[in-house]
Amino acid sequence: MKTEEIIRIRQDFPLLSQYPETAYLDSAATSQKPIQVLDRIERYYREENANPLRGLYSLSLKATEAYENARKAAASFIGASGSEQIVFTRNATESLNLIAASFGDLVLKEGDEILISILEHHSNLLPWQQAAKRKGAVLKYVECDEYGEISREAFGAALSERTKLVSMTGLSNVLGTAPDIKTFAAMAHEQGAYFVCDGAQSVPHIPVNVKDLDVDFLVFSGHKMLGPMGIGVLYGKEELLSKMPPFLYGGEMIEYVTRDSATYAELPHKFEAGTVNAEGAVGLRAAMDYYNRLGFAAIEEWENELSEYAFQALQSVPHLKLLGSPDPLSHHGIFTFTLEGVHPHDISEILSADHICVRAGHHCAQPLMKFLKVNSTARASLSFYNTKEEADRLCDSLKTIRRRMGLS
Amino acid sequence: MDSFYNEVLTEHNLHPEHKHELEGANYELLGVNPSCGDEITLKLKVEDNIIKEGSYVGDGCAISQASADMMLDLIIGRPKEEALHLADVFSRMIKDKISEEELEELEEAGVLQNISHMPARVKCAMLGWRTLKTMFEETPNA
Repeated sequence: MKTEEIIRIRQDFPLLSQYPETAYLDSAATSQKPIQVLDRIERYYREENANPLRGLYSLSLKATEAYENARKAAASFIGASGSEQIVFTRNATESLNLIAASFGDLVLKEGDEILISILEHHSNLLPWQQAAKRKGAVLKYVECDEYGEISREAFGAALSERTKLVSMTGLSNVLGTAPDIKTFAAMAHEQGAYFVCDGAQSVPHIPVNVKDLDVDFLVFSGHKMLGPMGIGVLYGKEELLSKMPPFLYGGEMIEYVTRDSATYAELPHKFEAGTVNAEGAVGLRAAMDYYNRLGFAAIEEWENELSEYAFQALQSVPHLKLLGSPDPLSHHGIFTFTLEGVHPHDISEILSADHICVRAGHHCAQPLMKFLKVNSTARASLSFYNTKEEADRLCDSLKTIRRRMGLS
Repeated sequence: MDSFYNEVLTEHNLHPEHKHELEGANYELLGVNPSCGDEITLKLKVEDNIIKEGSYVGDGCAISQASADMMLDLIIGRPKEEALHLADVFSRMIKDKISEEELEELEEAGVLQNISHMPARVKCAMLGWRTLKTMFEETPNA
C-alpha cells in the first residue's frame, strides 16, 4: 500500500476524520472502526433485529441467519473447518476464562503443569493461576530473552512429561514479538499437552490459520480488529469442545430441562447461554469482510513498512529507551519505551496535549514488567490506518518532553 | 493543558525537598495506586501532636511525587488536625470545588487545582494526601 491509499482508507474511519489533528497510536488497546462496521450494526437493528435462535417467525430467522453467517465468516477467517468450532464470547478474556474453567477443570489433575510464557497479558495468566489453585496444578513460566523472543530451547526445557496444557500469546502486547506458535504447539503435542493460543494481538495483524498452526484453542477479541466491543471468539477443536461442560447456564444452551436435570444443546450453542450479542457478531463479520477486502498481504506490507519507519524515527529521540527487539519487524507495530527522567504517565499526558494517543502503565502484564525490570512504560501501537507522518509527530513531540518537564 | 506541567510542579518533581529517608519516624505508611503502579512511603515524626519532621520515598509520575512534596512543605510544623483539615481541603479542590480562602490555605499545592479537569490523574495527585489521612486514622496515637 502507498501513503495515498492509506489516506483513502482513513476516510473509511469516521473517528479519524472527526479528529484530523489526533494521532491515534493505541490500536493494541482497541482499534478504530470503519464505517462499514458501524453501518452494518445499524442495519442489523433497523432491518433484522429479533432474538436470534428463538423465534420461528421470519424476522427471528433473519436475525439467526445474520448471527450464524457471522460465525461462518469467523470460522473461515481463521481457517477452521466448521462453524460449530466457533463460540462467540464477550472477548478474548472471557474465552480464556471459559477454557480455563471448563476445559481446565476437565483435564487438569493434581501435580499437572500448566505452562505459559512470561509475555502473557493478565488475561492469559490469571485464569490459569486460578485453575492451578483449584486443581492443585503448578503454573510454570517459559521466559523470553532480552529481545522478547522465546527460543525452542527455552520452550523445550520448560516442557515436561507433567505438562498438561500450554497457553501462549500469538503476539506480545508489550514487545510486539510473535512466538513461533506452530513449532511450540507441535512440541507441546509431542509431550501430550494441549495448546491454547491467545490471538488477541496476532489475529488483527498476522494471518492466523488454526489448521496450519494445529492449536487446540485460539481466542481473540473483535474490538482489536475493527469490530465492536463486547464480541469475542473462542475456536476449539470439535472433539475437545464436545467433551467440555458448559461455562454459563441459562437460556438457549439447553436441549431438554426437567425440574432436577437438563441436557445441553449441541455445539456451539451449549457455550452461549442467554441472548447472544448479535450486533457484535454481525459487526465483527463486517470487520472481517473489511480485512478480507484489503487482504493480509497488503496489510502486513504496510504495517511492516510503518514499523520500520517508526522504529528508525524513535531511534532519533534522545534519552529514549525502546524495549524489545533490535529488529524493527519483530515489533509488529508495537513500540514500548521509556524516556529517561520522565514517568510514562507524564509522557502520555504531554503527548495527549499534542493530540497523540499512547498507552502508559504496566499494560496488564506486570510479571513481564518485573522481568524486564521496569515499573511502567509508554506504548505506541500502530495499525494499517496509521501514517508515517503520525510516527514523525510522535517523535517530534517526544523530543520536546524532557524540556517541558524541566529537564535538559 | 500543556501548561499544566508548570515550573512549580516540575521543580518539585525534579528537586523534591522531602524525598529522603527519615530516621526516627514514628509514623510510616506505604500508599499505592495499583492501577498505575505509583507508590510512596510517607514517614513522619510527630511529637506532642505536632508534625516535627516528614519525608517520603517512592516512585511514580511527576504529579504523584510533586504533590507529596508540596504536601510535606505544607504540613511540617503543624498539628495533626490541621494537616488532616488541609488534606480534606486538597481533596475537595481536586474532586470538586473550594473557595478562594481555602485555595490560599493550600499555598503552592493550589497549583494542582487544574487536576480537577483531568479525571485520570486525580488519584496521582491524591496519593500522598490519601496516605496521610489513612495513616492518622489507622494509628491515631503513635
